[in-house]
Amino acid sequence: MKIHRMGILGRKMGMTQIFDDEGRVIPVTVIQAGPCTVVQVKTPDACGYGAVQLGFDEGKETSFTKPLRGHFARAKTPPFKFLREIRLPAADLAAYAVGQAVGADIFSPGEFVDVTGVSKGKGYAGVIKRHHFSGSPASHGSHEYFRHGGSIGQHSYPGRVFKGLGMAGHLGAARATVQNLKVVKVTPGKNLLLIRGAVPGPTGAYVVVRKAVKRTRAVPA
Amino acid sequence: MRIIDEVEREYLKKKTPAFRVGDTLKVHVRVVEGDKERVQVFTGRVIARKGSGTSASVTLRKVSYGEGVERMFFLHSPRVARIEVAKSEPARRAKLYYTRGRVGAKER
Repeated sequence: MKIHRMGILGRKMGMTQIFDDEGRVIPVTVIQAGPCTVVQVKTPDACGYGAVQLGFDEGKETSFTKPLRGHFARAKTPPFKFLREIRLPAADLAAYAVGQAVGADIFSPGEFVDVTGVSKGKGYAGVIKRHHFSGSPASHGSHEYFRHGGSIGQHSYPGRVFKGLGMAGHLGAARATVQNLKVVKVTPGKNLLLIRGAVPGPTGAYVVVRKAVKRTRAVPA
Repeated sequence: MRIIDEVEREYLKKKTPAFRVGDTLKVHVRVVEGDKERVQVFTGRVIARKGSGTSASVTLRKVSYGEGVERMFFLHSPRVARIEVAKSEPARRAKLYYTRGRVGAKER
Protein backbone atom coordinates (compact mmCIF):
# COMPACT_ATOMS: atom_id res chain seq x y z
CA MET A 1 0.00 0.00 0.00
CA LYS A 2 1.23 3.47 -0.81
CA ILE A 3 1.84 5.76 2.12
CA HIS A 4 1.01 9.42 1.66
CA ARG A 5 2.51 11.94 4.02
CA MET A 6 2.44 15.73 4.15
CA GLY A 7 5.10 17.71 2.36
CA ILE A 8 6.02 21.16 1.23
CA LEU A 9 7.51 22.88 -1.80
CA GLY A 10 10.73 24.82 -1.61
CA ARG A 11 13.92 25.98 -3.20
CA LYS A 12 17.42 24.70 -2.59
CA MET A 13 19.51 27.62 -1.35
CA GLY A 14 22.84 25.80 -1.16
CA MET A 15 24.97 23.92 1.30
CA THR A 16 27.07 24.90 4.27
CA GLN A 17 28.28 23.38 7.51
CA ILE A 18 27.27 24.08 11.09
CA PHE A 19 28.43 22.91 14.51
CA ASP A 20 26.38 20.91 16.99
CA ASP A 21 26.60 21.31 20.76
CA GLU A 22 29.58 18.99 20.97
CA GLY A 23 31.46 20.86 18.28
CA ARG A 24 30.91 18.25 15.59
CA VAL A 25 30.58 19.55 12.06
CA ILE A 26 27.26 18.79 10.34
CA PRO A 27 26.96 19.27 6.56
CA VAL A 28 23.58 20.84 5.84
CA THR A 29 21.51 21.89 2.86
CA VAL A 30 19.51 25.07 3.34
CA ILE A 31 16.03 24.93 1.84
CA GLN A 32 13.66 27.86 1.52
CA ALA A 33 10.52 25.82 2.27
CA GLY A 34 7.50 27.93 1.69
CA PRO A 35 5.50 29.95 2.27
CA CYS A 36 3.25 27.72 0.19
CA THR A 37 -0.42 28.28 -0.51
CA VAL A 38 -3.06 25.61 -0.97
CA VAL A 39 -4.38 26.19 -4.49
CA GLN A 40 -6.72 23.20 -4.71
CA VAL A 41 -7.89 20.34 -2.53
CA LYS A 42 -8.50 17.11 -4.44
CA THR A 43 -11.00 14.83 -2.75
CA PRO A 44 -11.64 11.18 -3.56
CA ASP A 45 -15.30 12.02 -4.27
CA ALA A 46 -14.65 14.75 -6.80
CA CYS A 47 -11.29 13.72 -8.26
CA GLY A 48 -10.86 10.05 -7.46
CA TYR A 49 -7.91 10.58 -5.15
CA GLY A 50 -6.92 12.72 -2.18
CA ALA A 51 -4.28 15.47 -2.45
CA VAL A 52 -3.56 19.08 -1.73
CA GLN A 53 -2.17 21.18 -4.53
CA LEU A 54 0.44 23.61 -3.25
CA GLY A 55 1.82 26.69 -4.98
CA PHE A 56 5.23 28.20 -4.31
CA ASP A 57 7.18 31.16 -5.73
CA GLU A 58 4.78 33.84 -6.90
CA GLY A 59 5.09 34.85 -10.54
CA LYS A 60 3.97 37.62 -12.86
CA GLU A 61 0.36 37.28 -14.03
CA THR A 62 1.29 37.91 -17.67
CA SER A 63 3.76 35.03 -17.85
CA PHE A 64 1.04 32.43 -17.29
CA THR A 65 -1.25 30.84 -19.84
CA LYS A 66 -4.94 31.64 -19.74
CA PRO A 67 -5.98 28.21 -18.42
CA LEU A 68 -3.50 28.55 -15.55
CA ARG A 69 -4.60 32.11 -14.80
CA GLY A 70 -8.14 30.85 -14.57
CA HIS A 71 -7.02 28.12 -12.21
CA PHE A 72 -5.43 30.63 -9.85
CA ALA A 73 -8.33 33.08 -10.19
CA ARG A 74 -10.70 30.37 -9.09
CA ALA A 75 -8.60 29.72 -5.99
CA LYS A 76 -8.28 33.50 -5.44
CA THR A 77 -4.53 33.14 -5.07
CA PRO A 78 -1.65 34.85 -6.87
CA PRO A 79 -0.12 32.77 -9.71
CA PHE A 80 2.68 30.45 -8.60
CA LYS A 81 5.59 29.28 -10.70
CA PHE A 82 5.95 25.96 -8.88
CA LEU A 83 2.77 23.94 -8.52
CA ARG A 84 2.71 20.39 -7.15
CA GLU A 85 0.24 18.03 -5.57
CA ILE A 86 0.97 16.28 -2.30
CA ARG A 87 -1.01 13.04 -2.04
CA LEU A 88 -2.75 12.65 1.30
CA PRO A 89 -5.12 10.10 2.83
CA ALA A 90 -8.73 11.27 2.61
CA ALA A 91 -8.98 11.62 6.39
CA ASP A 92 -6.25 14.28 6.47
CA LEU A 93 -7.80 16.51 3.80
CA ALA A 94 -10.21 18.27 6.13
CA ALA A 95 -7.30 20.13 7.72
CA TYR A 96 -6.59 22.01 4.49
CA ALA A 97 -8.64 24.66 2.73
CA VAL A 98 -7.97 26.58 -0.48
CA GLY A 99 -5.94 29.73 0.22
CA GLN A 100 -4.44 28.36 3.42
CA ALA A 101 -0.73 28.98 3.99
CA VAL A 102 1.62 26.07 4.66
CA GLY A 103 5.04 26.82 6.11
CA ALA A 104 8.21 25.10 7.18
CA ASP A 105 6.78 24.67 10.68
CA ILE A 106 5.12 21.40 9.63
CA PHE A 107 8.56 19.87 10.24
CA SER A 108 10.44 19.71 13.50
CA PRO A 109 14.13 19.05 14.21
CA GLY A 110 15.00 15.37 14.51
CA GLU A 111 12.35 14.30 12.01
CA PHE A 112 13.33 12.53 8.79
CA VAL A 113 12.31 13.71 5.34
CA ASP A 114 12.47 12.60 1.71
CA VAL A 115 13.56 15.30 -0.73
CA THR A 116 12.60 15.14 -4.42
CA GLY A 117 14.14 17.32 -7.08
CA VAL A 118 15.63 17.28 -10.57
CA SER A 119 19.25 16.14 -10.47
CA LYS A 120 22.05 18.10 -12.09
CA GLY A 121 22.37 17.28 -15.79
CA LYS A 122 25.61 15.55 -16.73
CA GLY A 123 25.02 15.37 -20.48
CA TYR A 124 26.03 12.32 -22.53
CA ALA A 125 28.03 10.22 -20.10
CA GLY A 126 30.07 7.06 -20.54
CA VAL A 127 29.53 3.82 -18.65
CA ILE A 128 32.10 4.58 -15.93
CA LYS A 129 30.33 7.74 -14.78
CA ARG A 130 26.83 6.53 -15.60
CA HIS A 131 26.84 2.93 -14.32
CA HIS A 132 29.99 2.81 -12.18
CA PHE A 133 31.77 0.36 -14.48
CA SER A 134 35.38 -0.18 -13.51
CA GLY A 135 37.13 0.58 -16.79
CA SER A 136 40.18 -1.16 -18.22
CA PRO A 137 43.83 -1.33 -17.11
CA ALA A 138 45.83 1.82 -17.77
CA SER A 139 49.01 -0.15 -18.47
CA HIS A 140 50.15 -3.73 -19.23
CA GLY A 141 49.79 -3.21 -22.95
CA SER A 142 46.31 -1.63 -23.03
CA HIS A 143 45.87 0.95 -25.66
CA GLU A 144 42.88 2.82 -27.01
CA TYR A 145 40.67 0.92 -24.59
CA PHE A 146 40.45 2.59 -21.17
CA ARG A 147 36.90 3.66 -20.36
CA HIS A 148 34.96 1.22 -22.52
CA GLY A 149 32.16 -1.01 -21.27
CA GLY A 150 33.58 -4.23 -22.71
CA SER A 151 31.49 -6.90 -24.38
CA ILE A 152 27.74 -6.39 -24.55
CA GLY A 153 26.79 -10.01 -25.17
CA GLN A 154 27.67 -13.55 -26.32
CA HIS A 155 27.27 -15.13 -29.75
CA SER A 156 24.56 -16.40 -32.10
CA TYR A 157 22.96 -17.80 -28.99
CA PRO A 158 21.30 -15.73 -27.48
CA GLY A 159 21.92 -13.57 -30.55
CA ARG A 160 20.64 -10.44 -28.91
CA VAL A 161 21.64 -7.92 -26.26
CA PHE A 162 19.91 -8.44 -22.92
CA LYS A 163 17.60 -5.76 -21.66
CA GLY A 164 18.85 -3.51 -18.90
CA LEU A 165 22.49 -3.66 -19.97
CA GLY A 166 24.42 -0.55 -18.90
CA MET A 167 25.48 1.60 -21.82
CA ALA A 168 26.49 5.21 -22.41
CA GLY A 169 23.79 7.85 -22.67
CA HIS A 170 22.23 10.85 -21.08
CA LEU A 171 22.85 11.16 -17.34
CA GLY A 172 21.20 13.43 -14.80
CA ALA A 173 18.51 16.10 -15.24
CA ALA A 174 16.02 13.46 -14.08
CA ARG A 175 13.68 13.33 -11.13
CA ALA A 176 15.54 12.03 -8.09
CA THR A 177 14.57 11.45 -4.48
CA VAL A 178 16.89 11.20 -1.50
CA GLN A 179 15.27 9.39 1.42
CA ASN A 180 15.67 9.62 5.18
CA LEU A 181 17.44 12.95 5.56
CA LYS A 182 17.42 14.37 9.06
CA VAL A 183 15.94 17.79 9.73
CA VAL A 184 18.58 19.61 11.75
CA LYS A 185 16.90 22.95 12.24
CA VAL A 186 13.66 24.76 11.37
CA THR A 187 13.31 28.54 11.26
CA PRO A 188 9.55 29.03 10.94
CA GLY A 189 9.70 32.85 10.63
CA LYS A 190 11.86 32.67 7.53
CA ASN A 191 10.58 29.24 6.44
CA LEU A 192 14.07 27.83 6.36
CA LEU A 193 14.86 24.15 6.72
CA LEU A 194 18.34 22.88 7.48
CA ILE A 195 18.61 19.29 6.32
CA ARG A 196 21.59 17.06 6.97
CA GLY A 197 23.27 15.92 3.77
CA ALA A 198 22.90 16.66 0.08
CA VAL A 199 19.74 17.15 -1.95
CA PRO A 200 19.24 16.61 -5.72
CA GLY A 201 19.68 19.52 -8.11
CA PRO A 202 21.65 22.74 -8.33
CA THR A 203 21.36 25.69 -5.96
CA GLY A 204 18.20 27.60 -6.79
CA ALA A 205 16.30 24.52 -7.97
CA TYR A 206 12.80 23.68 -6.84
CA VAL A 207 12.44 20.72 -4.48
CA VAL A 208 9.62 18.87 -2.74
CA VAL A 209 10.28 18.02 0.91
CA ARG A 210 8.06 15.25 2.29
CA LYS A 211 7.95 13.53 5.62
CA ALA A 212 9.93 10.32 5.24
CA VAL A 213 8.01 7.26 4.12
CA LYS A 214 10.42 4.74 5.64
CA ARG A 215 11.98 6.39 8.66
CA THR A 216 8.99 7.80 10.51
CA ARG A 217 10.31 7.91 14.05
CA ALA A 218 12.10 11.13 14.96
CA VAL A 219 15.35 11.09 16.92
CA PRO A 220 16.28 13.71 19.53
CA ALA A 221 17.56 16.69 17.59
CA MET B 1 23.99 33.29 -1.30
CA ARG B 2 22.66 35.88 1.13
CA ILE B 3 20.39 33.35 2.86
CA ILE B 4 23.30 30.97 3.35
CA ASP B 5 25.32 33.78 4.95
CA GLU B 6 22.42 34.56 7.23
CA VAL B 7 22.18 30.92 8.33
CA GLU B 8 25.92 30.77 8.94
CA ARG B 9 26.07 33.99 10.91
CA GLU B 10 24.34 32.35 13.83
CA TYR B 11 27.19 29.88 14.17
CA LEU B 12 30.04 32.35 13.79
CA LYS B 13 32.00 33.68 16.72
CA LYS B 14 31.75 37.40 17.30
CA LYS B 15 35.46 37.88 17.30
CA THR B 16 38.27 35.89 15.77
CA PRO B 17 41.86 36.93 16.50
CA ALA B 18 43.84 38.64 13.76
CA PHE B 19 46.78 36.53 12.66
CA ARG B 20 48.68 35.72 9.51
CA VAL B 21 50.22 32.69 7.95
CA GLY B 22 53.59 32.15 9.61
CA ASP B 23 52.50 33.28 13.09
CA THR B 24 52.74 30.92 16.02
CA LEU B 25 49.39 30.40 17.76
CA LYS B 26 48.27 28.91 21.02
CA VAL B 27 44.88 27.27 20.51
CA HIS B 28 42.93 26.39 23.64
CA VAL B 29 40.88 23.31 22.81
CA ARG B 30 38.02 21.98 24.91
CA VAL B 31 38.55 18.26 25.38
CA VAL B 32 35.69 16.15 26.68
CA GLU B 33 36.68 12.95 28.43
CA GLY B 34 33.68 11.06 29.72
CA ASP B 35 31.75 13.68 31.64
CA LYS B 36 34.78 15.83 32.38
CA GLU B 37 35.83 18.75 30.28
CA ARG B 38 39.26 20.33 30.29
CA VAL B 39 41.22 22.72 28.15
CA GLN B 40 44.25 21.60 26.21
CA VAL B 41 46.64 23.98 24.50
CA PHE B 42 48.09 23.25 21.09
CA THR B 43 50.94 25.51 20.04
CA GLY B 44 52.11 25.60 16.45
CA ARG B 45 52.96 27.69 13.46
CA VAL B 46 50.20 28.61 11.00
CA ILE B 47 51.00 26.88 7.73
CA ALA B 48 47.62 27.43 6.05
CA ARG B 49 44.40 29.37 6.37
CA LYS B 50 41.46 28.05 4.43
CA GLY B 51 37.77 28.56 3.92
CA SER B 52 35.29 31.24 4.83
CA GLY B 53 32.20 31.48 7.00
CA THR B 54 31.66 28.49 9.26
CA SER B 55 34.23 26.45 7.37
CA ALA B 56 37.10 28.91 8.01
CA SER B 57 40.01 26.89 9.33
CA VAL B 58 43.67 27.10 10.26
CA THR B 59 46.33 24.40 10.05
CA LEU B 60 49.08 24.47 12.68
CA ARG B 61 52.37 22.63 12.55
CA LYS B 62 54.80 21.99 15.33
CA VAL B 63 57.72 19.66 15.87
CA SER B 64 57.15 17.59 18.96
CA TYR B 65 60.06 15.46 20.21
CA GLY B 66 61.50 15.47 16.72
CA GLU B 67 58.23 14.37 15.12
CA GLY B 68 56.26 16.79 12.95
CA VAL B 69 52.66 17.24 14.12
CA GLU B 70 49.95 19.06 12.15
CA ARG B 71 46.49 19.84 13.40
CA MET B 72 43.58 21.62 11.74
CA PHE B 73 41.06 23.72 13.67
CA PHE B 74 37.81 25.28 12.57
CA LEU B 75 38.06 28.87 13.80
CA HIS B 76 34.38 29.03 14.69
CA SER B 77 34.11 25.62 16.34
CA PRO B 78 32.73 25.69 19.88
CA ARG B 79 35.56 23.30 20.77
CA VAL B 80 38.08 26.08 20.18
CA ALA B 81 37.86 28.09 23.39
CA ARG B 82 40.49 30.71 22.73
CA ILE B 83 43.25 31.54 20.30
CA GLU B 84 46.25 33.68 21.18
CA VAL B 85 49.11 34.80 19.01
CA ALA B 86 52.36 33.74 20.64
CA LYS B 87 54.78 34.95 18.03
CA SER B 88 54.29 36.94 14.86
CA GLU B 89 56.56 36.28 11.91
CA PRO B 90 54.54 36.81 8.72
CA ALA B 91 55.59 34.58 5.84
CA ARG B 92 55.96 35.54 2.22
CA ARG B 93 53.87 32.56 1.09
CA ALA B 94 50.18 31.88 1.63
CA LYS B 95 50.80 28.20 2.42
CA LEU B 96 53.89 26.97 4.25
CA TYR B 97 53.70 23.34 3.17
CA TYR B 98 57.37 23.56 2.21
CA THR B 99 58.31 23.49 5.91
CA ARG B 100 57.36 19.82 6.00
CA GLY B 101 60.49 17.74 6.07
CA ARG B 102 62.70 20.69 6.94
CA VAL B 103 64.02 21.35 10.41
CA GLY B 104 65.65 24.27 12.16
CA ALA B 105 67.03 27.15 10.14
CA LYS B 106 65.92 25.63 6.85
CA GLU B 107 62.29 26.15 7.85
CA ARG B 108 62.51 29.80 6.81
